[in-house]
Amino acid sequence: MAVIEFFNNLANPTRFLALVNRVLPWLTALTVIVLAYGLYRVAGAPDDYQQGATVKIMFLHVPAAWLGMMGWGVMTVAAFGTLVWRHPLADVAAKAAAPIGAAFTFICLVTGSLWGRPMWGTYWVWDARLTSVLVLFLLYLGMLALYLTAEDPNRSARAAAILALVGAVNIPIIKFSVDWWNTLHQPASVLRMGGSAIDPSILVPLLIMALGFTLLFFTLHLAAMRNEILRRRVRSMRMMQAASA
Amino acid sequence: MIATSLGPHASFIVASYIVTAIVVIGLVAWIQRDYAVQRRILGDLEQRGIKRRSQAREDKV
Repeated sequence: MAVIEFFNNLANPTRFLALVNRVLPWLTALTVIVLAYGLYRVAGAPDDYQQGATVKIMFLHVPAAWLGMMGWGVMTVAAFGTLVWRHPLADVAAKAAAPIGAAFTFICLVTGSLWGRPMWGTYWVWDARLTSVLVLFLLYLGMLALYLTAEDPNRSARAAAILALVGAVNIPIIKFSVDWWNTLHQPASVLRMGGSAIDPSILVPLLIMALGFTLLFFTLHLAAMRNEILRRRVRSMRMMQAASA
Repeated sequence: MIATSLGPHASFIVASYIVTAIVVIGLVAWIQRDYAVQRRILGDLEQRGIKRRSQAREDKV
């Protein structure tokens, strides 16, 4: 009940902006502190017995992969907000998440390639995991193109919500691709039945980096949502100006 | 010093961190710039006396 009331209160953009302005400086500070501590722990983490120092790429690659998927997850929840609950800020949240999710997916693909070359002997293979992540990146580009080409946010909101729901099918495919098909990519080693397969000396810095990246995602997402609300205000005021001229 | 301690694949590790830093810094800069642009435009419109529909309604009441 309290959660529903909280989201109802946030339906007012002015109230939401006041909340963002209050929260953002603290969230930014916390993000910087956690990321700095994460990098400090990464510097002190031991090399992997098989992969050597290249395991350091994992501290960027894995959190970026999680956030690339989480970004689409945010857009999927927002799609329900647009289509079912007609929440005024749902489309704002989806539009703000798209470029951030795309950026993290891009980081995941590039760092994965740079990790793959010394470990697998190739930058890229068309296996299920890599291909499904590339599909996610292309879906993000499609979503960005949709938002860029639509003049009226009310019209693009519905189309974007449908694309988000269709694209959500790809998320479990990415997650389980390493189990369903034979791939060059290693199977899940952090979130898996029976606990993590990674030694705590590497797992702890990885989880701290994942927390830092998650905080970074939400900091950027709130800031981008604030920009989008202001952009829609500008549009509304320009329409008022045109109507009164 | 760092490059030697990172072993024979140091260039791949360093490149990963550089690419990530460029993308994240670029994203932060783009969002910050967008905020400044939107605020400037809003300020200009408000200075010219243009109001949003909800503001205009509040003024009438």
